[in-house]
Amino acid sequence: MKWGVVRFPGSLDDGDSLYALADVMGQDARILWHKDTTLGGAECVLLPGGFSYGDYLRTGAIARFSPIMKSVAKFAADGGLVIGTCNGFQILCEAHLLPGALTRNRSLSFICEWVWLRVENAKTPFTRAAKQGDLLRLPIKHGEGLYVAPEDELRQMEERGQVILRYVDSEGRETESANPNGSMRAIAGVANERFNVFGLMPHPEHAVEPMLGGTDGLKIFQSIAGSAR
Amino acid sequence: MSERAPAALPGEPKVDLEQGRAHGLAADEYRKIEQIIGRTPTYTELGVFSVMWSEHCSYKSSRRHLKTLPSKSELVVQGPGENAGAIDVGDGWAAVFKIESHNHPSFVEPYQGAATGVGGILRDIFTMGARPIASMDSLKFGSFDHPRTRYLLGGVVGGIGGYGNCVGVPTVAGEVMFDAAYNENILVNAFCLGLVRKDEMMSARARGPGNPVLYVGSATGRDGIHGASMASAEFDKESEAKRPAVQVGDPFTEKLLIEACLEAGRTGAIVAIQDMGAAGLTSSSSEMADRGGLGIELDLDLVPLREAGLTPYEILLSESQERMLIVAERGREAELQAVFEKWDLHAVVIGHVTDDRRWRMRWHGQVVADIPVASLAADAPLYDRPAAAPKIQPVRKPPSSEPHPTPAKALRALLDSPNVGSKKWVFRQYDSLVQSNTVEGPGSDAAVLRIKNSRRGIALKVDSNPRACALDPYLGAVGTVCEAVRNVACAGARPVGITNCLNYGNPERPEVMWQFIRGVEALRDASLAFGAPVVSGNVSFYNETEGRAIPPTPTIAVLGVMLDVSKHVTQFFKNPGDVIALVRTARPSLAASEYSAIFGIDGGPLGSIDLAREAALVEGLVAGAEGGLIRSAHDIAEGGLVVAIAEACFNPRAILGAEVELGRAGNADAVDFFGEGASTVLLSMAEGDIAEVERSFASRGLEFAVIGRVTSEHRLKIGTALDEDVSELMRIYENAIPRRLAGGD
Repeated sequence: MKWGVVRFPGSLDDGDSLYALADVMGQDARILWHKDTTLGGAECVLLPGGFSYGDYLRTGAIARFSPIMKSVAKFAADGGLVIGTCNGFQILCEAHLLPGALTRNRSLSFICEWVWLRVENAKTPFTRAAKQGDLLRLPIKHGEGLYVAPEDELRQMEERGQVILRYVDSEGRETESANPNGSMRAIAGVANERFNVFGLMPHPEHAVEPMLGGTDGLKIFQSIAGSAR
Repeated sequence: MSERAPAALPGEPKVDLEQGRAHGLAADEYRKIEQIIGRTPTYTELGVFSVMWSEHCSYKSSRRHLKTLPSKSELVVQGPGENAGAIDVGDGWAAVFKIESHNHPSFVEPYQGAATGVGGILRDIFTMGARPIASMDSLKFGSFDHPRTRYLLGGVVGGIGGYGNCVGVPTVAGEVMFDAAYNENILVNAFCLGLVRKDEMMSARARGPGNPVLYVGSATGRDGIHGASMASAEFDKESEAKRPAVQVGDPFTEKLLIEACLEAGRTGAIVAIQDMGAAGLTSSSSEMADRGGLGIELDLDLVPLREAGLTPYEILLSESQERMLIVAERGREAELQAVFEKWDLHAVVIGHVTDDRRWRMRWHGQVVADIPVASLAADAPLYDRPAAAPKIQPVRKPPSSEPHPTPAKALRALLDSPNVGSKKWVFRQYDSLVQSNTVEGPGSDAAVLRIKNSRRGIALKVDSNPRACALDPYLGAVGTVCEAVRNVACAGARPVGITNCLNYGNPERPEVMWQFIRGVEALRDASLAFGAPVVSGNVSFYNETEGRAIPPTPTIAVLGVMLDVSKHVTQFFKNPGDVIALVRTARPSLAASEYSAIFGIDGGPLGSIDLAREAALVEGLVAGAEGGLIRSAHDIAEGGLVVAIAEACFNPRAILGAEVELGRAGNADAVDFFGEGASTVLLSMAEGDIAEVERSFASRGLEFAVIGRVTSEHRLKIGTALDEDVSELMRIYENAIPRRLAGGD
């Protein structure tokens, strides 16, 4: 599968995403520059973590106006697969390619730690290598990951199965302490209504090798790779 | 010289001896300036001399002592004298690393002070052509009772995270200590390490008269003027007014600079490059020229400015962040400018290298400074300051008549101490994973990173022990190096290089100078014993407020290399049934221990240290790890043996228990249980491997003793003296800092 990993100024996990896809998984992955307007034939576009354009205004607020994002929006409208991790998720929300928004963590501080996630919908191109209810262990590292959306919208999203990942404890239970950033309904990852755009705060690209703490991130990338059109 | 000598600019203050004093120059220093340039300096020149001759930039009190440090080994690629040192770590890679202080700014403005400390040390690494891959921080705060401590802790940790997280360099380890001795003068020492192909390292040595000089990065503003001078004076009640001398960081620009400078380096068009750090444009231009035995001429009208109306004085002394100075190969400026333009950064030619060894600055068509370049750099004043041991030895507390607390009570009190308790509240705020190299992040003895496309790994540790240094500045510093080295060896890595940040009081006081000299002697002796040279470092003097100095605080960071990173060892017990053993070089004592500090007892003097045995211990630990015989290794530090056993039980993957006999356990001995100081390592191994491990340590002349067993039961049992629930102990340990931040006490 051909992957395009977008490099915004201030992207940080772009190299790690490329490494996970190309070096660890042997996928055909390359960098897309933020000033470019074409996607180089990518079948899946990944928006990586980081602080695009410094994120001094509001996370993702500037990146959504970058030249490459016009192409990404069109690609998504045509049904192309787009995944955004961390800052990528924030950008997708700002660009209205995903519902809701990400605000400052409940603790008001940056959090870097491994968390447990429950797969809430395994019938998506991003989770099909997992089963519903599977637990994934992935790291988070963000200051603004508290997911919010209007109550009506949340209810509709739940009904349509757009909530893909939820923060849980190691037993799979939703608890207050297992929700690291205070996200509404412990939401860690959501898809759009067409299920071709997916955003998540955890970092699958940092969970692809046993030596570095775990391989559960591969489940997500393998799902996508198996969904090539 | 056909050109007219620089003259005073309209409106500039008059320059005389008094003005020199106001700039922090001693009378004889001022006269020396007049002698060097053969006339009264202009106001701009005076400012330039005053920063370049400040302690912070010139190392005038420390240089002659630092020269005695060992800086050579077959692995040294770059010793002191460049922006950072470098060590060959194998497979064609050099590790470039350095630690630096940002104490004064962090006390005045904790968030920006700490943030720009991180930014500055990063630039020292990537100017060498190395991609920064790991950061560490050594932090010293006042006691939690002090009203400013919580504010300073929050600000410093926020600043380190705010900057470090945003530039994509993981913070992988560190240390944090709280002690009333730092109430009025905190320490923030930032370490960074980068990797570069050995044959692609860049230099800060100018070459080629006529080569253009490029200004790169952020525009120059009025921030940070006289930051270097602030770092070269004591604090007093007016220090709050020095906030404008603290720089403001922009980590986004730093990230762009990292990528752009590394990309520009690959063009081969860079001759020399240096960060505009302390003393900004002045230090970078004069030091690069002087290293190359050349001169430099800059046109200050070409410097990108944040606002109009900056004077030459301000432009030259600004410490605005995220700026670099580059000497390019003539004719290849455009190639470099294209790279910086791609990253939306300034890259402007502002002058050129000359062969007349002068530092000449032009502004509005006239020369505003014209100084022999060496007088600003290598030929800056050098002092042999008087040193004398204090007449009064440290005040000893009278022997306490209070009975010792029970072991259980003492253990709980120690785990609840912010110096022993978990630092998770701090390191959870740092990205420790980015770049996908972190095998062991914060929380174990040393951080472990893999080197991509290589079997090798590196281990990193930063340590200090000011309480021991206060008792004996020599033995305390030797012990600090031993501890840092031992931690790296516990991970299974061979120590190969040292960098140091030497934090002391006012060097003009003979007893402080004596502490410093003893510290340097200790560093030299320990470095030689371990065969680990000191390749870079930093000195921070004047850590005093209102005449009270901090305890001598040499901060030591050690780089270790392991041949096979998959064989690294952590501090945590792994399997129930494994055997627990101790290996040590000496008997512990309560001197300078956390136990003594908490219970207010006199721990007595420090024990001696046998460096040959210390080196043997390191060899034994590395051999044990390489042979796959050691399942866990934990250095016994703050809190002593029983705390170390508890910490080894706190495996983040799955809590374990331990059953231990300490011989005289019925007769609980606080020294056995909670003593520190001796080089002692807590090991666990499979039952079948005991004989081989014991033989290995015995052959090195080290005491080895089996003391117990790892259990699946979550209890920590020591003979009949102690039987505690491990989960409960861990709760106390993890809550030590959060409960103090939450509580109103």
